[in-house]
Amino acid sequence: MNQNSNIEFISRESLEKLQLSRLKETLRRVYSFSPFYKNLFKKEGLTPSKIKSLKDLPLIPFTTRKDLRENFPYGLLSIPLNDVVRLHTSTGTTGKPKAVFFSRNDINSSAELIARSMKMTGAEKGDVFQNMMGYGLFTGGLISHYGAERLGLLVIPAGAGNTERQIELMFDFKTTVVHITPSYALYLADVMEEKGFNPKKDFNLRILYLGAEPYSEKTREKIERIFTVDAYNSYGLSEMNGPGVAFECKYKEGMHLWEDNFIMEIVDPSTGEPLKEGEEGELVLTSINKEAMPIIRYRTGDLTYIYPEKCNCSRVHRRISRIKGRADDMLIIRGVNVFPSEVERILMDLPEVGRNYQIVLDRKKDLDKMKVRVEIKRDFFDGSLDHLKKVEIKIKAKLKDELMVTPEIELLEPSSLPRTTGKAKRIIDKREI
Amino acid sequence: MEEVEQISVFSENKPGKLKRVTEILKEKGINIRAITIASSNSYGIIKILVNNPLKAYQALKEKGLSVALIPVLAVEIEDKPGGLSKIAEVLKEHNINVEDAYGFVIQSHNKAVFIMKVEDIKKTRLILEGENIFLLTRRDLYEI
Ligand SMILES: [Zn+2]
Repeated sequence: MNQNSNIEFISRESLEKLQLSRLKETLRRVYSFSPFYKNLFKKEGLTPSKIKSLKDLPLIPFTTRKDLRENFPYGLLSIPLNDVVRLHTSTGTTGKPKAVFFSRNDINSSAELIARSMKMTGAEKGDVFQNMMGYGLFTGGLISHYGAERLGLLVIPAGAGNTERQIELMFDFKTTVVHITPSYALYLADVMEEKGFNPKKDFNLRILYLGAEPYSEKTREKIERIFTVDAYNSYGLSEMNGPGVAFECKYKEGMHLWEDNFIMEIVDPSTGEPLKEGEEGELVLTSINKEAMPIIRYRTGDLTYIYPEKCNCSRVHRRISRIKGRADDMLIIRGVNVFPSEVERILMDLPEVGRNYQIVLDRKKDLDKMKVRVEIKRDFFDGSLDHLKKVEIKIKAKLKDELMVTPEIELLEPSSLPRTTGKAKRIIDKREI
Repeated sequence: MEEVEQISVFSENKPGKLKRVTEILKEKGINIRAITIASSNSYGIIKILVNNPLKAYQALKEKGLSVALIPVLAVEIEDKPGGLSKIAEVLKEHNINVEDAYGFVIQSHNKAVFIMKVEDIKKTRLILEGENIFLLTRRDLYEI
């Protein structure tokens, strides 16, 4: 066992010792260099030396996305600008993007996490890795690329989109490993079939890494079936330097969050109160192995829980559940909380449902209306209106039972919803606030 | 004997679909004998009888439409009161459930054609023919 894999299996005690020393060093640096953190500590009457154990971490207030935006671009920078070798921005939905800076060591440590994660799932030298994550400002592409090279894979920097070329590359170079968003994986399969390929047999794929958008277990199963591959869930965010924050091991039960690089907490999204292992809440992360721009107690907005049990693989790093959704993605429909990921799970469970859907919210006479537009499966259509009606009723009943909201169902032809090569636009909210 | 086949096309109830279907058929030189639309609130099915069902099916499928080819029975009835009742009686007598039905009139022949979708098409054919009810063949339909 080499040193890099050692860190995955050290004792909890050694891990926490390492976390504390890295945390202390991080706090000293942000306090002495970042104007934002200097201010924050002063306001609270804190100094880094007051943090003596991991239990003291909650003394420091949260850092939010709003903080990042307000202190754009250099407010959280913790090293001199001329030691920064890379800038990425995170895909912001509104207003200014969030800028993230990397030192040379940061690039290396982020790549190392990807290499470690890929190795954990069985990728190795000799594999051909086609990276379908977007290159450029988005961290997903370049950091995955570096990680895979570090592990010794042959990397094809395909980037996102240009589906026909993707298929050609996969076919010509016998791609075995792919990093892809789940919605694009489904779309890719669609196009393969349209071009007369059999996604199961005509390619050499064996491992898929899925990430960058929330999706359900059913979608994973569907993707694994379509391609006959092992699909592993992954989690990352630009603010924490990219895609390798947490990854699934071969057991595919929750993602090991690399606790030698991050300290994780789960808090109640409305009160910020800490929650116990196993309780679902918002993930809060502190980067403890970053030089250029560590973030302390960052409210990720992502909803998850920590698995209380140890994984069968016996890694010390605890696991988080698949992301249920973003705290701010939750839809409130007539006072009922609805997660789009729930809708997806229910839909993907129905054999008649194809690969794409859309949720449209509207308000009529002060009443919220939820319409779910569902593509039916290509081979399901048999020309019978009766069958279509039955499917409509079935989908409606299933959603009503599980969501407590009665949606309107619109059945659509396969491939009639706008197709997407990146993150899918699944929700259209026309309600005026 | 070759069964008469109907083309069913999935259609979201938005304008343009019917036009698209007829244009594709026209382009391939396929003649439409009858066309009807069955619809639910947000989607429906366009049902078409053509002179060359297989060619129509392939043309529509190629253009990415959801389409099905469905064997149906085409019964000729006289276009006058009571023309349909005999058929209805026979079907009832033999407990045959008609899943879908519609009719159209051939102006030049003063005849009406009644299209039926049933579960067991062969059995139904035998029963109807046993009762001297005339069923149209594919060729009959082409030559209308
Ligand atoms: Zn594990």
